Amino acid sequence: MAKPTFQVPELQEYLEIPSVTPGTMAHSKPFYSKPEFQKPLGFPEELVDNWQEKAIVKMGELLTKYKSVQVFLDACVKCGSCTDKCHYYIGTGDPKNMPVARQDLLRKVYRRYFTFAGKYFPSLVGATDLTKEVLDDWYSYFHQCSQCRRCSVFCPYGIDTAEISMFARELMDHIGVGQKYCNEIICKVHKIGNNLGLPGPALADTLEGLEEDVLDDTGVDVKFPLDQEGSEILLVTPSADFFAEPHVDGLVGYAKVFHEAGVSWTLSTEASEAANFGMFIGSYENMRKISQRVRKAAKDLKVKRIVFGECGHAWRVAYSFLNTLAGPWEFLDPNYPVPQHICEFTWNLIQEGKLKFDKSQNDDMVLTFHDSCNVARASRMGADPGGQFEIPRNVIKAVCNNYQDMDADTIKERTFCCGGGGGLLTDDLMELRVKGAKPRMEALNNVIKDKGVTHMAAICAICKSQFTKVLPYYGMDMSQIVSVHQLVSNAIVLTGQTDQ
Amino acid sequence: MSTIDVNGKQLEVDEEGYLANINDWEEAVADVMSKQDDLQLTSEHWDIIKFLREYYEEYQIAPAVRVLTKAVGKQLGKEKGNSKYLYGLFPYGPGKQACRYAGLPKPTGCV
Repeated sequence: MAKPTFQVPELQEYLEIPSVTPGTMAHSKPFYSKPEFQKPLGFPEELVDNWQEKAIVKMGELLTKYKSVQVFLDACVKCGSCTDKCHYYIGTGDPKNMPVARQDLLRKVYRRYFTFAGKYFPSLVGATDLTKEVLDDWYSYFHQCSQCRRCSVFCPYGIDTAEISMFARELMDHIGVGQKYCNEIICKVHKIGNNLGLPGPALADTLEGLEEDVLDDTGVDVKFPLDQEGSEILLVTPSADFFAEPHVDGLVGYAKVFHEAGVSWTLSTEASEAANFGMFIGSYENMRKISQRVRKAAKDLKVKRIVFGECGHAWRVAYSFLNTLAGPWEFLDPNYPVPQHICEFTWNLIQEGKLKFDKSQNDDMVLTFHDSCNVARASRMGADPGGQFEIPRNVIKAVCNNYQDMDADTIKERTFCCGGGGGLLTDDLMELRVKGAKPRMEALNNVIKDKGVTHMAAICAICKSQFTKVLPYYGMDMSQIVSVHQLVSNAIVLTGQTDQ
Repeated sequence: MSTIDVNGKQLEVDEEGYLANINDWEEAVADVMSKQDDLQLTSEHWDIIKFLREYYEEYQIAPAVRVLTKAVGKQLGKEKGNSKYLYGLFPYGPGKQACRYAGLPKPTGCV
């Protein structure tokens, strides 16, 4: 771990709401995008001339497209419910990280140009002109929102700050102010097929290596098929599953489950990415273009079902938007959900008694589960309400003897973001990421102390990478974050297995 | 764009210190970069840097962590074939710090 250049928050026994320190995170902003990452996404290469005028025109356009945002901007009564709910406010004390204040950055400009009172009596209704100073604030503070939607759970009007932050980012992209991390990655997906820029031959080589590893470990020839036409299932998973730890251990788990289920499956080079950063930047067009790759892969490979791997926001896009973005899916088998989550797939097999486990293989760990925001608050899983909370826990409990939940105010629909979601998982925002992780780290630390928890499992590539990075800042070890299907992989007993 | 001084040559680097042009790389680049991080490069570091460059030449991407640890395990013994060993050598993370020294672009995505 690098030495921090900022103060790492101290973990407390109880959640402490900090007093307000204005401007304490005003310096925080990610690297700006570059011309070569703007153009392929359909955005101007740099800040355009007469950008104020163009921004207001675009804002008007977007307001007619996204009526919800206009309702959110009009409905707030400043009740204060959201003020202490954001992990970035709790971690930094910067009042502009209170969700209502973050919304107000956009709201005050909306009022100035789109409401009667704001046009004629701006100072009476907190309306302001769109100045360079306001734009700089937008860039800074709309990149201090991970679009986790925790605040919206507590808002009596259901105002969704995530949608407002997506709206603001879309607006900025359209006047040539993009964020490097997201836009570079989206370029790579359009060009190569995944966030990493992992070309087909490298992916094939990586998968071959994993086949060798599993054969060495178990004596069973578990396949990791790529571009296998006519397979039953297309697995769409975050490219981090091919590349990083502990993600790859989850991928090994999926492969073992498919193997034991006796179902044919394949990965695809065309759709070698579940993530869809088009959502983070609020760009419907880019989100659609990325989703279309999944459709093309499913058609070309003539699969009957689509299963998504462990990726939080990808599951939101898949569960909530995929039909609009890339449907209809009339060519898939209607007996299965389109798409299905890997946890649901595994849980169904467990219930049918088709998988055999030796739970003692996970006895060196006491697990807890981190609900990822986009799974918890923006989707469901399986047939029953709350399935997105219960199914991953059921899978963990089916393969582990020791499980403990974290504090009830920090899990399920009240879960705290890992601190790195929403397109903020970049090294140039490390201070924000570490501070934003504080509430989650606190809840984890408390179950470590009180309930003997040793490891935390997650079903999101961003969460896993974020925790790998931030755990050491809080005196914990990076290996304490694990994939849910890594636990499945440890415990599953493969038919014909020689060695445990 | 900022630059680093390598044997009198000014080489362009991006905001995070990665070489702008992979073809600018020479061994002295890794020496200069590691000095900035107060890290003394040993033959163990060089084994990794050289493997990264060979892999990149073939596949146009840095190797996945598992590919790297496996290659290290084969070459240097099983006890070294894990990410703990790599983090010991490159405390900022083998994927990022070692790639930077090797002149490769930074891995992007959820990693």
